[in-house]
Amino acid sequence: MLLGENEIGHLALGAAVFGGGGGGDPHIGEIMARLAVRRYGPVELVDLESLDDGELIVPCAMVGAPTVMVEKFPAGDEGGRIIAAIEKAMGRKAAALTSAELGGLNGVLPIAWAAHAGIPVVDCDLMARAFPELQMTTASLAGIPISPVAVTDERTNTIVFETIDSPWAETLVRSTVGAFGGSASMGIYPMTVAQARIGAISGSLSRAIEVGRVMSEVSADPVDALCEQLDGYRLISGKVVDVERRSDGGFARGSAVVDGTGRDTGRLVRFEFQNENLAALEDGKVVASVPDIITAVDVHTGHPITTENLRYGQRVSVMAMPCDPFWRSPEALAIVGPRVFGYEFDYETVESIHG
Amino acid sequence: MAEQDTLRLGIDVGGTNTDAVIVDADGKVVAKTKIPTTPDVTRGISEAIGVVLDAVDDKTRISRVMLGTTHATNAVIERRGLGRVACIRVGGPATHSIPPLAMWPDDLRSTVSVAETIIDGGAEFDGRDQVPLDEAALLAFLDGLDETPDSYAVTSVFAPVADIHERRVVELIREKMGASVTISASSHIGSLGLLERENATVLNSALTNVAHQIIDGLRNACAEHGLEARQLFAQNDGSLMSVDQVLAQPVLTIGSGPANSLRGASALSGLTDAIVVDVGGTSTDVAVIANGFPRESTVPVEIGGVETNFRMPDLLAIGLGGGSRVREGEGSVRVGPDSVGYRLDREALVFGGHTATFSDAAVRSGRAGFGSVAADGLSRDVATRALALADEMVADAIDRMKLSPEPIPVVLVGGGSVLLSDSISGASKVIRPEDADVANAIGAALAPISAQIDELFEVGVDGREAAVEAAKQKVMDLTVAQGADPEDVHVVAVEEMTLAYMKGDHLRIRAKAAGRLD
Repeated sequence: MLLGENEIGHLALGAAVFGGGGGGDPHIGEIMARLAVRRYGPVELVDLESLDDGELIVPCAMVGAPTVMVEKFPAGDEGGRIIAAIEKAMGRKAAALTSAELGGLNGVLPIAWAAHAGIPVVDCDLMARAFPELQMTTASLAGIPISPVAVTDERTNTIVFETIDSPWAETLVRSTVGAFGGSASMGIYPMTVAQARIGAISGSLSRAIEVGRVMSEVSADPVDALCEQLDGYRLISGKVVDVERRSDGGFARGSAVVDGTGRDTGRLVRFEFQNENLAALEDGKVVASVPDIITAVDVHTGHPITTENLRYGQRVSVMAMPCDPFWRSPEALAIVGPRVFGYEFDYETVESIHG
Repeated sequence: MAEQDTLRLGIDVGGTNTDAVIVDADGKVVAKTKIPTTPDVTRGISEAIGVVLDAVDDKTRISRVMLGTTHATNAVIERRGLGRVACIRVGGPATHSIPPLAMWPDDLRSTVSVAETIIDGGAEFDGRDQVPLDEAALLAFLDGLDETPDSYAVTSVFAPVADIHERRVVELIREKMGASVTISASSHIGSLGLLERENATVLNSALTNVAHQIIDGLRNACAEHGLEARQLFAQNDGSLMSVDQVLAQPVLTIGSGPANSLRGASALSGLTDAIVVDVGGTSTDVAVIANGFPRESTVPVEIGGVETNFRMPDLLAIGLGGGSRVREGEGSVRVGPDSVGYRLDREALVFGGHTATFSDAAVRSGRAGFGSVAADGLSRDVATRALALADEMVADAIDRMKLSPEPIPVVLVGGGSVLLSDSISGASKVIRPEDADVANAIGAALAPISAQIDELFEVGVDGREAAVEAAKQKVMDLTVAQGADPEDVHVVAVEEMTLAYMKGDHLRIRAKAAGRLD
């Protein structure tokens, strides 16, 4: 598939759905990608299956504070520099890059970098949603080393980390981001195609593009169409009657309460977030939780709402959909399950709760 | 003259009408008029001033004249009378992925832009230099201009936090191109969010000539009537600007119309916290007054196809107005969103026309009484159901704009307000102020002076509260510097946001203060 401006628009929408309230506003990433394909031509999206086992691919993302990213956005050539640094560290050529995280900004930004660098994007990512920390990836679970990690800024300062594990990479990248001025671009978990077949989620980008395409064809509330397409469940449709926020260890935590309207009159659903939406509760019972994806959609605009843009009075439909099956093993739940985020309950799949 | 004897003259130039009022020190309307807006700025304003001045015995009692106008808005939308601008972004090597004006509509970009460049420089969020300022690149850009611009727009990365490079670029342009050239610097125009602030800065530069027209228009009109009052201008947050400020920041007059209307509704109703519902012929605007000011939109405001981030009232428009068509079908009744609009006085049933409208439903069911014939063509049952539906639409819009579930006073203004019920769901009371037809001009006449900041503050050893106090003091000082009475200046809004992904240390604070004119 060729990614032009149409596909980029759809991908931005779809990535916001999979982002589950996190990943930041895709707006800047979408503009960057649109301008890059206008200038350098469309980007080729290649199937993981079509590549040879031995080829090297580099998952990329931006990391840092959204407030900084809207003021000091990237130069545009970061992708090429990330690839060059990783190639030098590994002593071999990379064939393509991909998204490390399918959420918000990072869902679309790698398209801009690929267009600039003149290389393809592989149709896969490491989350099929958004997560707040670098070790929360399918690659990490598959035992693929996060290093070498290449972190670069707009000045072309580039640091390559060889870390002993992914939590160390998380710590070092965070302090680098501070020194670089609050945001940076990085390549992580460079892997062969053979590794990606077990350590990445294949087809996630094209799936997000298809989701965005369906959404763009529905005039208002797209949640029914999304639920049908993604085997999701409409948790409630109503009005946001309370939003509470607090800052906690560098994360934006909080919760929102939706008061049902129409056929949901009389029901209240509360959902809690830490950058991404983590859990939805009704009458004290969990009706969906991480790693399943919980997304609130503005019924008037049809667009998913990022957690920082939630506010009183919004009319929303809240949906929950199954995460990629990858996240449901006991090993996976040990790094992304509800208890990792401070909850006292165990994960139950959204299908078993509502099925 | 004693303060209580002084009068204020407020004028609002809208797309259709120019309103003028004279109010006394208590805010009471002494005289008012409404005349059609004229293409020539001075003439319309002068005519309106002439009408209201007739009601005053001694025109030296008028101490201030305030003007709110749509001239700047129309200039951008119609791409008319705009100046040619050289756009300079100080942000390289970052930000090259989205060049200046890249997302502007082609026609506006070619009308406005002489040339665009990105030179190295700018700050980090904590005020450090991103890289040294590339002065040689700036001089090369200025040398290479093949047309002399009317003005220059300078936008530096993180200028709201640290504008050292932005100020240096302004200085260098003056050294090279002449001390009198017109320059807009972004830190005076907008808040964080580079693209939107840059867009607003470039529009600001392009509006320089329009600013002169507005100022000269008011000055000449005042001179014609021998008025020696101080002249002030309404801006988009419902407060006033001086002549010097309008010259420096004409873009801030965009959106002053709705802001004036809301401030006027607040003044007329005596309420500082309320929902204002403005019912027109085609649509109804619902907005919020909080602390006496229009609540501002949190999403970027688009003007003439360009995204900006300046302060605009948060308005929710619904497709319900006096001319909205009423239709019956399949056991249900619909109202709008299509409307007969300005043809209401010919097409509505009560004016002898053939189209059933919201106005007809209100007359038929006895809620309103106007028109020349009975609206018999509409059944009483359909009329009742249409009104119930319209009431629900209004209640729903009010509910969407409220910030909490508690009932709140609702102020009804606009020509179609007679069509609405006195009991609105979610409203603690419904107020229909007198003189609501000239609410815009009253809002301009009674507006205060204000200032606003949106900056990152360092959280030191004294903690978050000390940072917030520092922000409040800064914004109050700025307001006094603009001419507010130091005794009256007060903070009207503070909003703090932590920076996600950054551990502690910095807090983004938006704050606004206002005060009576000294």
